[in-house]
Amino acid sequence: MASWPILSVVTFLPLVGALFCLVVQGPKEAVDRNCRSAALITSLVTFLVSLLLWVHFDPTKAGFQFEEKVAWIPALNIGYHMGIDGISLFFVLLSTLLTAICVLASWEAVQTRVKEYMVAFLVLETFMVGMFCALDLALFYVFFEGVLIPMFLIIGVWGGKRRVYAAFKFFLYTLLGSVLMLLAIIAIYWQAGTSDLPTVMEQMQLPFQWQFWLWLAFFASFAVKVPMWPVHTWLPDAHVEAPTAGSVILAGVLLKMGGYGFIRYSVTLFPEATQYFAPLIFGLSVVAVIYTSLVALVQEDMKKLIAYSSVAHMGLVTLGIYIMNMQGVQGSIFQMLSHGVVSAALFLCVGVIYDRMHTREIDAYGGLVHRMPRYAFVFMFFTLASIGLPGLSGFVGEFLVLLGAFKINTWVTFLATTGLIWGAAYALWLYRKIIFGELTKASLKAILDMNRREVAVFLPLVLITLWMGIYPNSFLDPMAPAVDKLIGDYNAAIKLAHTASLR
Amino acid sequence: MSMDMVGLEHWSLARPELFLAVATALLLLYGVLRGEVATTFVSIATSIALIITAVLLFVPYREGTAFAQLFITDRLTTTMKALVLISSAIAILMSRAFFEHAKAWRFEYPLVVSLSTLGMMLMISANDLMSLYVGLELQSLALYVIAAFQRDSVRSTEAGIKYFVLGSVASGMLLFGASLIYGFCGSTAFVQISQALLAGKAAEIGTTIGMVFVVAGLAFKIAAVPFHMWTPDVYEGAPTPVTAFFAVAPKIAALSLLVSVLMGPFKPLFPQWQQIIVAAAVLSMGWGAFAALRQPNIKRLMAYSSIANVGYVLLGVAAGTERGIQSVVFFLAIYMVMNLGTFAVILLMKRRNVMVENISDLAGLGRSHPMLALSMMIMMFSLAGIPPLAGFWGKLYVFMAAVEAKLFWPAVLGVLASVVASYYYVRIVKVMYFDESEEAIDPSFSGMNRAVALVSALLVALFSLLPQPLSAIAAAAAKGLFP
Repeated sequence: MASWPILSVVTFLPLVGALFCLVVQGPKEAVDRNCRSAALITSLVTFLVSLLLWVHFDPTKAGFQFEEKVAWIPALNIGYHMGIDGISLFFVLLSTLLTAICVLASWEAVQTRVKEYMVAFLVLETFMVGMFCALDLALFYVFFEGVLIPMFLIIGVWGGKRRVYAAFKFFLYTLLGSVLMLLAIIAIYWQAGTSDLPTVMEQMQLPFQWQFWLWLAFFASFAVKVPMWPVHTWLPDAHVEAPTAGSVILAGVLLKMGGYGFIRYSVTLFPEATQYFAPLIFGLSVVAVIYTSLVALVQEDMKKLIAYSSVAHMGLVTLGIYIMNMQGVQGSIFQMLSHGVVSAALFLCVGVIYDRMHTREIDAYGGLVHRMPRYAFVFMFFTLASIGLPGLSGFVGEFLVLLGAFKINTWVTFLATTGLIWGAAYALWLYRKIIFGELTKASLKAILDMNRREVAVFLPLVLITLWMGIYPNSFLDPMAPAVDKLIGDYNAAIKLAHTASLR
Repeated sequence: MSMDMVGLEHWSLARPELFLAVATALLLLYGVLRGEVATTFVSIATSIALIITAVLLFVPYREGTAFAQLFITDRLTTTMKALVLISSAIAILMSRAFFEHAKAWRFEYPLVVSLSTLGMMLMISANDLMSLYVGLELQSLALYVIAAFQRDSVRSTEAGIKYFVLGSVASGMLLFGASLIYGFCGSTAFVQISQALLAGKAAEIGTTIGMVFVVAGLAFKIAAVPFHMWTPDVYEGAPTPVTAFFAVAPKIAALSLLVSVLMGPFKPLFPQWQQIIVAAAVLSMGWGAFAALRQPNIKRLMAYSSIANVGYVLLGVAAGTERGIQSVVFFLAIYMVMNLGTFAVILLMKRRNVMVENISDLAGLGRSHPMLALSMMIMMFSLAGIPPLAGFWGKLYVFMAAVEAKLFWPAVLGVLASVVASYYYVRIVKVMYFDESEEAIDPSFSGMNRAVALVSALLVALFSLLPQPLSAIAAAAAKGLFP
């Protein structure tokens, strides 16, 4: 076990790079170059330090590890409490990995205001990592909401044509959800007398009435973040307008904040309400899986198609969480991680050809396999991973979720499974339209295949996808004790409430 | 009571006020003798005098009542006075570049600001309806004058007249309420009013009506809905440095007065006034959020913003608990920094040698002056209440107090209003960063204002690192009211 505050280092190291970028002076060329390098070095070092977390992580323990606790506002019992368990560990790694990849992927794509761009990404990384590590409700909210600032700027400054609309929609939608959660956090605080999450988890026994309203308030926030149908409409807009790296972070990490929030907060703090509302979640998830898959089928914009597919995939995630059995929850977490890598890679794939042709219209492409064999391979690889081909990461999560769901409700499982078929339909359709066919369009005749930097961007993602697909136990084992405890606590709470009501 | 006869005790409690009064008088004398050339010296000297006054509040710190219970000092009044003094001093320092540019840099300006600050100190320390009124009027009369300070400008004069007429009506209401209270309670002293109410000697209905009038008069001064109509016009018409001053110091003073009136003499009437304050809070938060959505003028926008912020403070007041008062002090301190910083930027909006005040004039600032734009952006996100910036903590404290006091629906409406309001704050960020401009504003003419903007932004951005000291100060201030 490390003796230094490793979580704080991982969280705040990016800010050091951001500070360097802010103060660096000189001619524009030099500043841009220095900021790029500084951002890459910072994010890589952060990633390496975060790998230490995995190395030192004790996979047999269910509780929180690497805990750090400092009084923040002692008079109010609000503390700076950080710590991770098997559930949050991989989300931290995902955040640090994707940030480094984003910096690399934006190397040439972003030419305007490079300094501000890199600062925004590094600040964003701090908030993301902090959010997954926070073990204090107030601290969690600070990080959770803080994400809005850099993301708003990333979409708005470096985005596409309708960037202003998309940025505002993203900002206001998510803010509206979160403020209700803030009130719920305050209510919990007054019930428990502290905002320290482990203490709250241990001590708090809320009556159902309270759980009902508080669950709804948290739901408002997380459902928008995930996003669940019908509050998903900000996502396609935000994805389409965001720059490539922005989409990568949005799909890769930001959506997971919702799923993670459900697991860490809604389910643990309000078990009775969770049980009560589970059918609602099942319904919304199934609608999301089927409806958004169908919507994805008719998209003309590549990014929009992938955005809708994200909503469908996240539908499986929410389904899995509320099944509340081992397979379901583990599958959900795995599915989130897999989707984090795969959808990020798919957005990067779009970015590769967007950088060359500056259009995302599906009709503008066709026959790329003739000019870009390497690209065709990578795109095929991630398309199949997204569909859930056994041996690649997507399969494991989907399979586990459906397995878990089958125990609870076969009809829900049946409907959710149709989503996989739709998924295959739109993903392969997209692939065929872009990659196969004759290369007839004159504008594509001179298109170049991926260069070395782009290969370097994709290589780690390919390897991870294979690893997750072939040997998922590296990821499932560390999270098993934590998930086991989660479900055990949940069942105990339900049982307790049940006996209490019988009395 | 023997000390009362000697009277020294009284004077020593009011030492800061006396110092400020004497300093202002001396500087006025100096200014009259030297004429316009002395303006810069007088303004700097006044700022220094204000700061020294703030120091005198604490060195040595004294508590007690003086002048036959007309005057009170405790933790709350001292803290509020310190906030008022600091904001007045900075407001004076920020005004120079603007007035020099407008050729209206006269030595009377800092002195009138100082006099109104003196009035604010007196009203914060009021412990009797008489001293309350005297302090309030000293403050208000000085404010009417500076609203019309740019006397060649029609807009400024109009603002002054408008403020004066409406302000007089409010003062009249307050006076009427005070006389009713005197009639029904038999005293104007806060202590005796509350004793009469507690002992059941006062006619409760009559006193309540009087209290409503007093609260209405004060609601006018703090621009709470439905007594807010003057605010956008006066904010827009008054010279911008005056607007900057209006937005902070008088608000803090009047809110402090409101707290000491409601938590002092009228505490027994808590159930009655809580309804009024909750209604005013919700309406202010809502109106302040919705009315400014399409507002192109940044000064008017800040007027609506101040209305909304007063709503949040009132929510803390409405809780009527120790936490509630703590949140009021906490919120106001943060509000002060955010507003001074924002107005520091607004005072820098000059293009082609003309001061401009439309939001669209900020276009392209992100590119031309990155540091200034960054400061303004931090301020805007903070006003919108986004963590980890200071404004978030202010709102958090207020909502914590509201939820503790079981004011659930007002709190829900409050957070929803804050989402609506965030739109117009974030729109300013959008203009600065997303929009391009042929010619960005040129803020190079005042180093002072850029420094204020930068320092405020730093304070706001780094607040999360150390929220404890301010929280403790606010807690100590609130504790005095709950012995």
